Amino acid sequence: VNVRLFAMHRTLAGSGSLVLELPAGATVEDAFRKLSRLYPAMEQTSGFTTFARNREVVDRAEPLADGDELALLQPVSGG
Amino acid sequence: MMIQVADVALSIDACVANVAGPECGGICIFLGTVRDNFEGHATDHLEYEAYAEMAEETIQAIAGEARGRWPIARVAVQHRTGTLQIGEVSVIVAVSAPHRAEAFEACRYVIDELKERAPIWKKEVGESGEIWVGAPTATD
Repeated sequence: VNVRLFAMHRTLAGSGSLVLELPAGATVEDAFRKLSRLYPAMEQTSGFTTFARNREVVDRAEPLADGDELALLQPVSGG
Repeated sequence: MMIQVADVALSIDACVANVAGPECGGICIFLGTVRDNFEGHATDHLEYEAYAEMAEETIQAIAGEARGRWPIARVAVQHRTGTLQIGEVSVIVAVSAPHRAEAFEACRYVIDELKERAPIWKKEVGESGEIWVGAPTATD
């Protein structure tokens, strides 16, 4: 899946986008676990991170498909 | 409906031109500007970042909700990203309607919901360092 990172998540990973290889049937939660292994500081954002799959907010149990865009979102502060 | 989230200069004139129409009796415009303090700390500047594609879709949906709730004509929203200095305009919401009451109410609805829901973030850079507004610090 194609992962998009913004704000704090982007800073922690040092990149705004990356490609994550996951086994078939993997969920959003699996993707976040893998990201946290690659970037251990990511784990500390778990309590306030939400997720969007193909620009729709989804929960952590949502299954991912090949080619999906998965975004990590922290509490918003626009305006 | 013009909805734009990008690192480009904003235009009040463009927003007004986009929503104006002969059936409208008024246009309500909200401008968000960069304040010089945040929670008691002096701010030097702000850095805005957005998931622009999703933010534009979210604002589009919010504008649609406003049109469903009030008899308004058109909505235009521009939100800037990138570095903004104190006093600069970060967001424009313009709403036209046959009558002013609906224009005011719908304009307020759009900016309130944008701030709650659109995936846009600001980093406050100031005397206390750099803070992503709204997010707990990673060590909390």
